[in-house]
Amino acid sequence: MSQTAELKEREDKLQGMGTSLLRKEDAKFIRGQGSYIDDIKLPGMLFGAVVRSPYAHARIKGIDKAKALACPGVVAVLTADDLKPVNLHWMPTLGGDVQAVLADKKVCFQYQEVAMVLASDRYAAYDGAALVEVDYEELPAIVDPKKSMAPDAPIIREDIQDKKEVGHGPRTHPNHIFTWEAGDKAAADAAFKTAEITVREEMLNPRVHPCPLETCGCVASFDKPTGYLTVYMTSQAPHLVRTVLAMLSGIAESKIRVIGGDIGGGFGNKVPVYPGYVVAIVASIVTGVPIKWIESRIDNISTTGFARDYHGVGELAADKDGRIKGLRFSALADHGAFNSHVSATKFPAGLFSICTGSYAIPNAYARVDAVYTNKAPGGVAYRCSLRVTEAIYLIERMMDVLALKLGLDKAEIRRRNFVRSDQFPYTTSLGWTLDSGAYHPALEKVLKAVGYEGLRKEQAAKRADPKSPTLMGIGISTFTEIVGAGPTKVCDILGVGLFDSCEIRIHPTGGVIARLGTMSQGQGHATTYAQIIATELGLPAADIVVEEGDTDKSPYGAGTWGSRSTPVSGAATAMAARKIKDKAKKIAAHLLEVSEGDLEWEIDRFKVKGNPSQAKTMKEICMVAHTGNLPAGMEQGLNAVTYYDPPNLTFPFGAYLCVVDVDKFTGEVKVRRFYALDDCGTRINPMVIEGQIHGGLTEAFAVAMGQQIPFDENGNHLGNSLMDYFLPTAVETPKWETDHTVTLCPHHPLGAKGVAESPHVGGIPCFSNAVIDAFAHLGVTHMDMPHSAWRVWQQCNTLGVNKR
Amino acid sequence: MIPAGFDYHAPRSVADAVKLLGELGPEAKLLAGGHSLLPMMKLRFAEPGHLVDLGRIAELRGISEAGKEIRIGAMTTEHELLRSKLLAEKVPLLVEGAGWIADPQVRYKGTIGGDISHGDPANDQPALMLALEASFVLTGPKGERVVKADGYFLGLYSTQLAEDEILTQIRIPLPAPGSGWSYQKLKRKTGDFATAATAVMLQMKGKSVASVAIALTNAGPTVLKARDAEAYLKGKAIDDASLNEAARLAMKICQPTPDQRGDAEYKVAMCGEMTRRALQAAHARAKG
Amino acid sequence: MATAKKVSFKLNGKPVEVTVEPRELLIHSLRERLAHTGPHIGCETSHCGACTVDLNEMSVKACTVLTVQCEGAEITTIEGLEQGGALHALQQAFHEEHGLQCGYCTPGMITRAYRLLKENPNPSEQDIRSGISGNLCRCTGYQNIVKAVQSAAKKLAAAG
Repeated sequence: MSQTAELKEREDKLQGMGTSLLRKEDAKFIRGQGSYIDDIKLPGMLFGAVVRSPYAHARIKGIDKAKALACPGVVAVLTADDLKPVNLHWMPTLGGDVQAVLADKKVCFQYQEVAMVLASDRYAAYDGAALVEVDYEELPAIVDPKKSMAPDAPIIREDIQDKKEVGHGPRTHPNHIFTWEAGDKAAADAAFKTAEITVREEMLNPRVHPCPLETCGCVASFDKPTGYLTVYMTSQAPHLVRTVLAMLSGIAESKIRVIGGDIGGGFGNKVPVYPGYVVAIVASIVTGVPIKWIESRIDNISTTGFARDYHGVGELAADKDGRIKGLRFSALADHGAFNSHVSATKFPAGLFSICTGSYAIPNAYARVDAVYTNKAPGGVAYRCSLRVTEAIYLIERMMDVLALKLGLDKAEIRRRNFVRSDQFPYTTSLGWTLDSGAYHPALEKVLKAVGYEGLRKEQAAKRADPKSPTLMGIGISTFTEIVGAGPTKVCDILGVGLFDSCEIRIHPTGGVIARLGTMSQGQGHATTYAQIIATELGLPAADIVVEEGDTDKSPYGAGTWGSRSTPVSGAATAMAARKIKDKAKKIAAHLLEVSEGDLEWEIDRFKVKGNPSQAKTMKEICMVAHTGNLPAGMEQGLNAVTYYDPPNLTFPFGAYLCVVDVDKFTGEVKVRRFYALDDCGTRINPMVIEGQIHGGLTEAFAVAMGQQIPFDENGNHLGNSLMDYFLPTAVETPKWETDHTVTLCPHHPLGAKGVAESPHVGGIPCFSNAVIDAFAHLGVTHMDMPHSAWRVWQQCNTLGVNKR
Repeated sequence: MIPAGFDYHAPRSVADAVKLLGELGPEAKLLAGGHSLLPMMKLRFAEPGHLVDLGRIAELRGISEAGKEIRIGAMTTEHELLRSKLLAEKVPLLVEGAGWIADPQVRYKGTIGGDISHGDPANDQPALMLALEASFVLTGPKGERVVKADGYFLGLYSTQLAEDEILTQIRIPLPAPGSGWSYQKLKRKTGDFATAATAVMLQMKGKSVASVAIALTNAGPTVLKARDAEAYLKGKAIDDASLNEAARLAMKICQPTPDQRGDAEYKVAMCGEMTRRALQAAHARAKG
Repeated sequence: MATAKKVSFKLNGKPVEVTVEPRELLIHSLRERLAHTGPHIGCETSHCGACTVDLNEMSVKACTVLTVQCEGAEITTIEGLEQGGALHALQQAFHEEHGLQCGYCTPGMITRAYRLLKENPNPSEQDIRSGISGNLCRCTGYQNIVKAVQSAAKKLAAAG
C-alpha cells in the first residue's frame, strides 16, 4: 500500500469532519424505538387535561368543579386558587414578564389555561375537563396591535397596570411592553433629508406557528421522600428550564432533573416554559404521583410559542445609482397577552438590528414597539435566531422596492451595496461586527448556475404576451444571518450567560463519551459532534457516543435554538478535545522519549518529526493514560470539560434564487425552481447540512405561501387545526437545488458558523420577492404574506390581469 | 380530542343494521369510513349514544356492471374506486374524482356512501353523482326505494335519507360512448376540501353539445347543479364565448360560505374558473 | 356508561386481545395497551399521518380508527417491518438517504411507503409524492424521503 493510500485509509476510518457520515441516531427511529414524551409511562401516573378559555378576554366569576370531580376516573381539578397557597399560580417568563400559570380572575387570550383535570387516563381526564363549569363575563378584546395603545383601549394586564416597566425600560400605556431603539436616529434622518431617492413600504410578518410534528408535553414526577423532582419534557433548553423551575418552586436546582429525551421537532416552539409544564409539576408535588400533560394539536397552535406578528415599516435612502445612504426600519410587535418571548435580556427585540443585512449602509436607525393584545403569548420562534427573519425580510424586500424605484435589476442593486470581501471584518451602523463574508462571489455563482439573464429574457417575453396564462416572477435573496448566541458580555437569559459546554471522557480502549449542554431535535448532533471529536482526536466517530438533554449528566448550557449548537457547543467540543490532545501529546512525548516540540500530529497519532516509524497512536495513548506510565506528576485519565464563551456571534450567509409561475386565473403560485447557495463556513457533515437546508426551505415555503394564524375581531381563532394551518405535503413542496461556498469563520475554532436557520430566514423573502416580482411590471411594490392562491388572485383581480 | 362514550354495534347484514337503527332511534349514528364522523366526535361536536358500524356488511361492498348501469355498494372505499378497472373503463369521471378526495390513508377508509350521505357540500362525491345522473338505493324498515341524485341533497347536512334508512347502493347509468368527463378541483393542499370544484359530463354531436351535466362542489349550502349553464350550452359549440357564458351562469347560482379558503367573491370566481376548465377538459376528451 | 368490548386481532403476526371501551382509538390501544409506541400522535384530526399503520393491507391513520373496528384484523406497525433481524429495505433506505431528522413522522412515513410499494413497486417521483401526501414531515422537506423510497423500490425489485 502506498503511503498516501494508507493515510487515506486511516482518515476514512475516522469518518470525521467533512464526511457525510450516516446518522447514528437513525437506528432507533427507523425501528419506531424513539423515546418521545408521550412514550414515557411511569407507575401510578395520572393524566392532566387542561380546561381552556373559550373567550379571548373575560373575567372569571366562578369555577364549579363538582361535576368534573364526580366523573369516574377523575382524581382532582386544579385552578389558580389551588396553586396560590404554594405561590405557583404565576410564573416568570423568559422575557422578563410574569405569566398566569392558571388564569387568575381573568383570561387574556382564547384557549388560555384555566384549570387542569387530573385523572387515571386521558379518556377520563378529557371527560372531566368537559364537565368543569366556568362562569365568564366577556370583555372587549384587542386583536389588532395598532389599537393596543389607544387611549380608551381596554387594559389587558390589570396585574401590572401600575408598573412603570416590565424589564425593558419605561412603559407609556398599560398595554405597552417596551420600546427598543438601535443606531443613530439623527444621522439616519439626515441621510434621508439629503437623499436623491427614498422608498418606504409597510410590511407584515404575520403571526405563524412552528408546528413541530410532536406537540409539547411533559411527565413530572416528584418524589416526596427525597424531595427530588424529575421532569421529562419537550425542551430545547433543559438546563435553562431547570433553572427557571428552581427559581419558581424553591426546590434546590441540584434536586431537579430535566430530561429532554427524543424531541419530535422544535423549531423554537419548545424553548419557553409553558403553564402546562408548571401545572403538571405542581400537580405531582401535590399528589405525589407522576403527572403527564400532552398538548393537542389545536392547543399547540393556539397557545404555545408562535412566531412573528411584526408589523414593519421599511425606509431606504439612496443616491440615484442605488447606493444606500440611510436605513430606517421600525416594527410594531404583537407579543400577545404576556411577554413570554425568548430573547437575551439586553435584546428585547432580539437581533432585529441585523436588519442592515449584507449591505454597507452608513446610517441606520431601528425601533421596535412591543404591545400586549388578547392573543397567545410568544413571538420568537420558528427556525429563526431571535427576530432575524423579520429583519432580513424587511431588508431583502426593501432592496427590491429600491431597485424597482430606480429601474435597476434586482441582482445589480445588491452588487452595488454588498459589503465587499476586502471590508471584513465589517462593523455595521447598527453595531454588529460581521466577521467574514464573500457576498459577491456567492451571488454570481447562483446567477450563473440558473442562467439569470435567460430567465429575465423569458420573463420579458411573457410580460409582453397578453395571452400568457401565467405571470413569471424571479426572486433573489442575499441574506446575512446572525446566529450562535452568544457572547456572555452581551447575551444572557435570566442572568445566565449564553455560553455552552462539552465534556469529553475517554475510556482506556479509546471509546469516547461526550456530553453537551445543547439538545438535538433532529439536527443530528450525535453524529456531527462525534465527527468533530473524531477529527480532533483521531478516534473513530463510530466509537464516540454523544449525550445531551439530561441535566443530571450534561454540563450546563443554554440549549439548541438560534442555530447556536455548532457555533457554541461545536466550538466547546473542539476546545475540550484540544485540551485532551494537549495531554495526549505530553504522554506521547514521554513514551517516545522526545520533547513535545519534536512531535507532529498525523490523523490519529503523534509521530516524531523526521522519523515517522516512531509514533504513538491515540488509541495507544488512551490505554497508557489509564496506567502508571505517565509523565511525572500527571494524573490518570483523558477527560476534559470546556465552557465556551464565544467572542462574537457568527454570520452565515447565502444567495437564493426562486422562479415562480403565477396562474392569473386562480392565483396559484407554482415554484418552478429554487436554487439555494449557503455559506456556513466549515461543513462538518455535508449530508446533514443539506438535510437542514431542505427542511428550512420547506418551512420558509410554508410561511411565505400559506401560513397564518387568523382571528376574528373578538380574538377567536379561525384556523388552528391542520385542516387550515398550512403544512405542505410532498405534493406541494418544491424540489430544492443546493450549492455552497466556504468562507471560514475567523473566530470559531473550526471555522464553522451554523446553518439550520439560514434557509428559513433567507428563503421567506426569496419566495415573497419572486411572487411580487411577477407583478413588478404592473407597478406592484409589495404584497403581504401569505401568498395564498386567494390573496394572489385578489392582486390579479385588482390589476385586472385575470380578465379574458 | 377524545370522543365521549357510546355503544358500538357491528351488524352483519343490511337487515340487521336497519333493525338496529329502528331500535336505537335518533341516538344512533351510522359509521362508514369514519373520517368525517370520528373527528367531529373527537372534538365533541357530535356525541352519539350509539354507533352502528356498516363495515362488516359484505353485501355493501363491490363494484359491478348490471345491464345499462354500474352498481356500487355504499361501503366501497374511495381507494377501491380509484383502483377499479371497470370504472376506469366505463365511468372514468368517478376515478378521476376519487383521486382528488382527501389523501391516500383517508381514501382507504372513506366510502362513497359515507361521502354522499353526510350531505356536506364540501364533499366531492355529491357533485360527481349529479354529473353522472346517479341514483341511490335507500333501505329502510319498509324496504328499498330508489331516488335520483338530482333532488337528493336538500341542504347543509340534509338529504332525503330518513333517520331509519341506510344508503346501500349507488347506481350509475353507463355514460354514452364517447362522452367527455372532468373533475376540476382547486384546493389549498392535499387533503383539503375544495375551494371550488366542478364535475362535468359532456356529450358532443359533431361540433355542438348534445348533452352536458355540470355540478358544483362547495359552492352553496349543498351541491349545486348548474342548470342554466347546462341549458345554455346545449346545441352550442365549445369556444371562448360559450365557455365564458357557461361560467358566468354557473357563478350566478353560487352562494359559497366564506372561510379560510376564500371570501365569497373569490370562491364564486373560482367556481367559474373550475367550470370553464372542466368543460375544456371534458371537451378535449369527448368524441362526438 | 358504554360496555367494554373484547377485541382480538393480529399485531405484527402475533395474536393479541384487548378489552376496550368502544370509543377507544386504535392509536391509544397500540401505544398504551400493547406497548407499540412506534406510531405517533401528531394532529388527531387525521391530517398528519404520524399514526399510520397497516390494517388489512390498507394504510390507515390509527387516530381515526376505533379499536373495536379491528376485530379479526391483521395490523402491521413499524415494529413489524424488521424481519429476522434484517431491516426492511425502506428502513435501510431512510437511513442511507438521510430520509429522517427528528424521527417523529418516520414510523408512519415508512409504514405508508411500505403499502405504497406493495401496490406500486415501480413508482415515479410523482407517484411517491402523492403516495405519501397523507404524511406530513416538518424536518426533511420530503426530498430525501422521496429518494429513500425510490432507492428501496430499486432494491426490492432487484431482490425479486
